[in-house]
Amino acid sequence: MLAVHQSRINYVLHLADNALIIGHRNSEWCGHGPVLEQDIAITNIALDLIGQARNFYQYAAELIGNNTTEDTLAYLRDEREFKNCLLAEQPNSDWAITILRQFFFSTYQYFFYQKLQYSNDVQLSAIAEKALKEVTYHLRWSSEWAIRLGDGTEDSHQRMIKAIDNLWMFTGELFLAVNYEKIGVNEGYGVDISLIKNDWMKKVTDAFEEATLALPPDDVWMQRGGKEGIHSEYLGHILAEMQYLQRAYPGAQW
Amino acid sequence: MVTIKIISEKNIWDLLETIVDPEVPVLNIVDLGIVRKVDMHDGKISIIITPTYTGCPAMDVIKLDMYTKLLENGITNFEINTILSPAWTTDWMSKAGKKKLKKYGIAPPPAQQSICTPDAFQKEEAVQCPHCNSYRTILISRFGSTACKALYKCEDCREPFEYFKCH
Ligand SMILES: [Zn+2]
Repeated sequence: MLAVHQSRINYVLHLADNALIIGHRNSEWCGHGPVLEQDIAITNIALDLIGQARNFYQYAAELIGNNTTEDTLAYLRDEREFKNCLLAEQPNSDWAITILRQFFFSTYQYFFYQKLQYSNDVQLSAIAEKALKEVTYHLRWSSEWAIRLGDGTEDSHQRMIKAIDNLWMFTGELFLAVNYEKIGVNEGYGVDISLIKNDWMKKVTDAFEEATLALPPDDVWMQRGGKEGIHSEYLGHILAEMQYLQRAYPGAQW
Repeated sequence: MVTIKIISEKNIWDLLETIVDPEVPVLNIVDLGIVRKVDMHDGKISIIITPTYTGCPAMDVIKLDMYTKLLENGITNFEINTILSPAWTTDWMSKAGKKKLKKYGIAPPPAQQSICTPDAFQKEEAVQCPHCNSYRTILISRFGSTACKALYKCEDCREPFEYFKCH
């Protein structure tokens, strides 16, 4: 019983961490976007994602009890306790990498939330139903930009090729279930992510075709580990910045 | 002897109608459709609200304003609960709310929910300029100054404006 409860908590934290970390990454663009409208767009997307993270953290805190709050979960856990996919934590680098990361992630979230709406966990289903509307906008925006850059100038096309080289290896993890996800599927509250891989692939293939970009070969080595707390060197840096204030001044409010 | 004022559901709705969205102060929270239900049971009042957008930062302020307003009016036996499902939609915005938005210079969401799909480069819904009523308008950005708005420009009067986008 206890192990089952812990699995549900891990599952919710995984979804929360995914949304928070990529949301935080996008928020780093605030004031640095290539043009004002797109600066506003990427930070709006950050706001939606951090909002999703808050809903998941609030629910996780409720499941955990013991005075846990959304804030203690976001600000007081260490790197190894974060369960986000590696894709979410990859650095912004240039606009093409940010766009491709968001396109891969929004496509995944779009098909994932469609299924999560039918979770037998009413809270997860409610969060998914709500978030799906926002993710639909994110997917439209990020796919349009991926196509625009891929089918744009020689420079933007080259940058997209570099972005694919950088990020493709982190997409395999999106569809490989770890233990708490398998338990979630068995218990009826989780999504069988192996079932959304084809939808994801189709969306990406279609967009790449329009963007005149080639799909990487099938045998690219796929990185994994993020969902189980084994991260790339980048997550520690995000947490150092994001958690600094609460670590240095515990409980600080403004 | 303390006189006990009988509070009706209508009184509560009337009070809630005086609370405005801090980001679009021309709309009150009832116009906006975020107050879903007011229930009274054995003198205890339960109010159910739902956020417009998941990350809408105005929700915290709105909740605080609700507490303050009710307490100011001597109402203490109440609770405010947030629900996410069914998810808020622009269809819940009142007709009066849409009129107020337009007058304020923000293009209101369409009377009928247009279909939101993720397809790239799809045709945008025709949005009427709130200043000159022209439909010759173009989308500048699907994301605006707040989560609920998009940026548009009118090709006739040349004014930029915001559109409360369909959701
Ligand atoms: Zn006009």
